[in-house]
Amino acid sequence: MALTEQGAPAGRPDRPHVFWTMRRRQLLWVWGFLAVPVLFYGVIRFYPTGHAFWLSLTDWDLMSDPSFIGLDNYTRLFADPQFGRVFRNTFAYLIMGTPISLILSFIIAYALDRVRFGHTFLRALYFLPFITTASAMAWVWRWFYQPAPIGVINDFLSGFGIPQMAFLNSTTWALPSIMVTAIWAGLGFQIIIFMAGLRAIPTTYYEAARIDGLGEWAILRRITLPLLKPTTVFLVVFSSIGFLRIFDQVYNMTTNDPGGPLGSTKPLVLMIYQTAFSSYQMGYAAAQTVVLFTILLVVSLLQLWILRERT
Amino acid sequence: MHKGILLAGLMAGISPFTVTAAQAVEIEYWQYVFETRVNAMDQLIANFEAQNPGITVKHVTFPYADYQTRVVAANMARQGPDVLQLFYGWADQFIGGRVIQPLSPEAFPHAQIEEDFFPIVSAMKRGDDYYGLPTAVRSLALFYNKNLMEAAGLDPNTPPTTLDELVEQAKAITQVDAAGNMAVAGMTLDMGGQDHQWWREVLVRQFGGAPYSEDGRTVTYNDAAGAAALKFFTDLQLVEKVGQRGFMDEGQAAFRGGKAGFTVDGTFRLGSFRTIEDFEWGVTELPANADGLRSNYASYFANAIGAGAQGEELEAAEKFLAYISSEEAMKIWLDVVGELPARRAAAMTEENLANPVYAPFLKGLEYARTTLFVDEAAQRQNTIDMANRILIEGQTVEEALAAAAAAEQAIIDRAKK
Repeated sequence: MALTEQGAPAGRPDRPHVFWTMRRRQLLWVWGFLAVPVLFYGVIRFYPTGHAFWLSLTDWDLMSDPSFIGLDNYTRLFADPQFGRVFRNTFAYLIMGTPISLILSFIIAYALDRVRFGHTFLRALYFLPFITTASAMAWVWRWFYQPAPIGVINDFLSGFGIPQMAFLNSTTWALPSIMVTAIWAGLGFQIIIFMAGLRAIPTTYYEAARIDGLGEWAILRRITLPLLKPTTVFLVVFSSIGFLRIFDQVYNMTTNDPGGPLGSTKPLVLMIYQTAFSSYQMGYAAAQTVVLFTILLVVSLLQLWILRERT
Repeated sequence: MHKGILLAGLMAGISPFTVTAAQAVEIEYWQYVFETRVNAMDQLIANFEAQNPGITVKHVTFPYADYQTRVVAANMARQGPDVLQLFYGWADQFIGGRVIQPLSPEAFPHAQIEEDFFPIVSAMKRGDDYYGLPTAVRSLALFYNKNLMEAAGLDPNTPPTTLDELVEQAKAITQVDAAGNMAVAGMTLDMGGQDHQWWREVLVRQFGGAPYSEDGRTVTYNDAAGAAALKFFTDLQLVEKVGQRGFMDEGQAAFRGGKAGFTVDGTFRLGSFRTIEDFEWGVTELPANADGLRSNYASYFANAIGAGAQGEELEAAEKFLAYISSEEAMKIWLDVVGELPARRAAAMTEENLANPVYAPFLKGLEYARTTLFVDEAAQRQNTIDMANRILIEGQTVEEALAAAAAAEQAIIDRAKK
């Protein structure tokens, strides 16, 4: 309010009130520009998201009009043995994938940061998988994992007389095999972010520490890691959401038997996809989406809370 | 006042168009993208338009992955096509969702349909109404690699005619390398391919059972016959060791790559196998059981009339549907796409029966069955899982069969509720 009246000179109350003050005109401009993305997100993002909550309470099958069935979809979901399996798979991707990929990418970034010879080339090599299409990469790995005579890895093993690994044909090893691909695909991005974080730490801290006679390990623990915390928090949340939403790699590496064998690699997103677009049970799929949304929200908030700044 | 004038002007402006529209009807035909199918349909549309001046057909195509969703979404927006192609297995959903309308018995007399078409056309009948007619049908047959047969000391001109011969010849072809890995498979085992159809409609019947009740609402394969059929299939890997699930990733890839002696596949694979240059292949009827009993699985894409077509558009749509399911159209479809005609007269010609590639598929049509799927993807997945429980997890045939039957019954019950 104080700002809007700045333009009106004091002591002249009889002056007609100006509606289009500078402040208001600025606001109009700002909202004029913001309206486009706000409208876009409102219509394209938030409205469908809100609508999904409503759909999850209906039996919509895309063909006939949806009718309200209360929480039936949710009771069906929690009684569905497939959901239990899919839930465990999704968390297996998260719990194994996130720490492994973060530790790996930090080690590589830390080492790369010190390498001068061929630095750009090495960095490009690590980044390359990230810019490759996920489906193309998944297919290449799918062939790597095949049994002999076409699978590279198994050909190599049997060359040494080592028995074949079943990889994608095993209910035990299929999920880790796919996870390796997913970790490898995301590694480049995490390395680049970690390196940017490492570069952002002022060198004066390191110089001071060395003058004080601190060892490399102590420097890493006391200076590098704490100062990297904002980067780490971002990557933990980012990578967790990525693993919770994993789809491309799984779907492309198991197209003959999506999420198989025997559902051992199926993540929640693939189950949602199949329920919606192959069985056309939109209401049930919406309920699964709401559950995924809740998981993503809880996991992200939990991570932010655990890794919060303690002052 | 102003509004009145405006409206009058508008109507005056529109009326000439409505008059022309009455003279020339445009109808929309929808199918999914597959090059030869699109070419064949373009040819049929050109012929039809030449014979029916005043009717134009707009040919609209979508990628297969989107096709069903597009049809359903367009129907909800009341923008659906007048004539459309659909897989027979989608019929329940499309009828329930009022995407398609029944064919009028005046334009398409039932007696005529039942006399002229192969019996599998009944999969498009619900109650007293037919909801669509196929142009072409697909059936299964056994493909064999002549070079591998010769290398194994077999006569490449006498492919197996019974299941026992199949196992015997496959054994001769199978090669294992020094490390004990399969190098050449006698036959492909791929439930995700066509083997689930082979098991369901062929093997189960050959071992004395039936996969479903007549109305398709009850799973009936959970008995001794079903178990024997499943044991036969899984024993090919576990006991006879003539094949291995996942070998070369997919059955058709293994055969194409020249690493498998036999594979069960359909007419739709001909296009892909015709480009094989490294070896000679042949195709024969699916093997009979010891008593000479044969069976086959046939499927088709039917053409149906959209629920939105009315009045003169409906009339035009009926004419168009009649043309694309005529003998003439089927002949063009066979030449361009390579799929078998759905009418007996067009299919069982001397020329076709003398064709070594078409003949085995055509013979199969005489005794073929169609599965009344309610959710094809889910039911196939169920059969894949059944075999995997035995092949990967080591469950017994009976346990896996019982679990699969219960799960499939649940899928059917949910869809039919």
